[in-house]
Amino acid sequence: MGTIVLLAIVAGIVFWVIGAYNGLISLKNQVVNGWKQIDVQLKRRHDLIPNLVNTVRGAMDFERSTLDAVISARNRAVGATGVQQTARAEGELTQALGRLFALTEAYPDLKATGNVAQLQEELTSTENKIGFARQLYNDVATQYNTKQMQFPTNLVAGLAKATPAELWEIEDPAERAVPMVDLSADKRGA
Amino acid sequence: MSDDANLFAQQQSNRRRSTWLTLGFILFFAWVGFGGDLAFYLATADGPAGSYRHFFPVIGIFSVLAAGSICWYSWRHGADRVLWAAGAWELIEPATPEQKQLVNVVEEMAIASGLPPPRVWIIPDTDPNAFATGRDAASASIAVTEGLLATLSREELQAVVAHEMAHVRNLDVRLMTLLAGMIGAIALLSDGMGRMIGRGGRAAGRWGGGGGGRRGSGKGNPLALVILVLWLLTLVVAPVVSRILAMAVSRKREYLADATGAQLTRNPMALASALEKLEGATAATRSITTGAAHLCIVDPAPGVLSSREGFLADFVASHPPIRQRIIRLRGMGYQQVKRQSAGALSPQ
Repeated sequence: MGTIVLLAIVAGIVFWVIGAYNGLISLKNQVVNGWKQIDVQLKRRHDLIPNLVNTVRGAMDFERSTLDAVISARNRAVGATGVQQTARAEGELTQALGRLFALTEAYPDLKATGNVAQLQEELTSTENKIGFARQLYNDVATQYNTKQMQFPTNLVAGLAKATPAELWEIEDPAERAVPMVDLSADKRGA
Repeated sequence: MSDDANLFAQQQSNRRRSTWLTLGFILFFAWVGFGGDLAFYLATADGPAGSYRHFFPVIGIFSVLAAGSICWYSWRHGADRVLWAAGAWELIEPATPEQKQLVNVVEEMAIASGLPPPRVWIIPDTDPNAFATGRDAASASIAVTEGLLATLSREELQAVVAHEMAHVRNLDVRLMTLLAGMIGAIALLSDGMGRMIGRGGRAAGRWGGGGGGRRGSGKGNPLALVILVLWLLTLVVAPVVSRILAMAVSRKREYLADATGAQLTRNPMALASALEKLEGATAATRSITTGAAHLCIVDPAPGVLSSREGFLADFVASHPPIRQRIIRLRGMGYQQVKRQSAGALSPQ
């Protein structure tokens, strides 16, 4: 009788360990996947920027410094590794792009050419996608971090090789408020 | 975590409702079919020997089979039918900047909600409106009118798409699409039966004339009459009841989808101003038939009722009054602003 009870307890513990372990692994994969989602969008953004710079270069020759700032911010962002560094580099890139977009407002003929408007739309959308992918990533990463610290799941955290995932913190307060570049102001009046 | 639990509860409740709806639909058809059989049986049971006796419940079996196939069809192809009825075409290769923007916005919202991107459709109609349909997230479609693309700014379009994605995520689309198929079928059945009864009335008159003599001999069956009356009544009432059901089911969901959509974009004010523009466009969305009205973001045929709260409006309007929805969204927006300014102040 006693052995049966003992066996039942051991079996229960084994099942619980398996469940907790699998739960942690699944969350870990979700975090990795969430980061991949961000990465896809970041790549796309990095690919779009040279196009934009080349298109506006001719018309905005005397605003060289803004363009150079965008290019160097982009190159730094491409080279960034790790969540913290990427987050900082991308934040700077967003600001540089914001200044560039603000400048293009002063060139009506530039906006009139379809190509620039199209590139702006693409960049806006990519930026939004980065923002939403970041939300998702941070949500999943927080869940993962909480899970591996909470008792009793923390007992299997070592077994699952779970280490806290870094969150993508937004340092720039302006970006935190509204991370979107709205280019359709002309439509809103209609 | 509580958000997840809430979402899961919503999905569960929509799954359950879809099942009940399907069962109710089949039961209704069974009643119409077997009730007809019973009435027929009672009417012919005491006919003269050798005359036709209705014994085998052909109508009942046939209508249950029909109901089953309608359910199956609504499940498999309901979304396609709804889109087809609206005259929508699928946007695969965006040609204009506006179409490109729509595709981008849908992709953004798919990321925000963590769902696969739905298919995008455009309805050639100048009135701004939008709806989502499909069985689940993997088979979902979002359709918007050309008028919507023309009138809304990027942020507002994003808010509307987020609202539709919320319907997809909550699995509202499943229930709504099933309902759309069933409303159509019931309307068709009621019309068809009405016509048949109208035509059959003359024949029945002849039977009645023959039966009158027997009734005189004291063998009349009052039960047949009661069943016949009940049967006719359900046929008359069914289309109305089915539509009221659709409206009641859809109204609650609109507030919820507004809230979830605002959560996805973190921008409730954009949806409020989009709704304001949609309200301003008073023309009816002609492409969208009444059978699909409950799917849309705003009532495609705005009547007096869509602007009123109250007992009657609660009963028949497919959507809560837009004003009420805007007020709620504004409330969310102000809270957000308050939180943000509080957050900005607190570190100092």
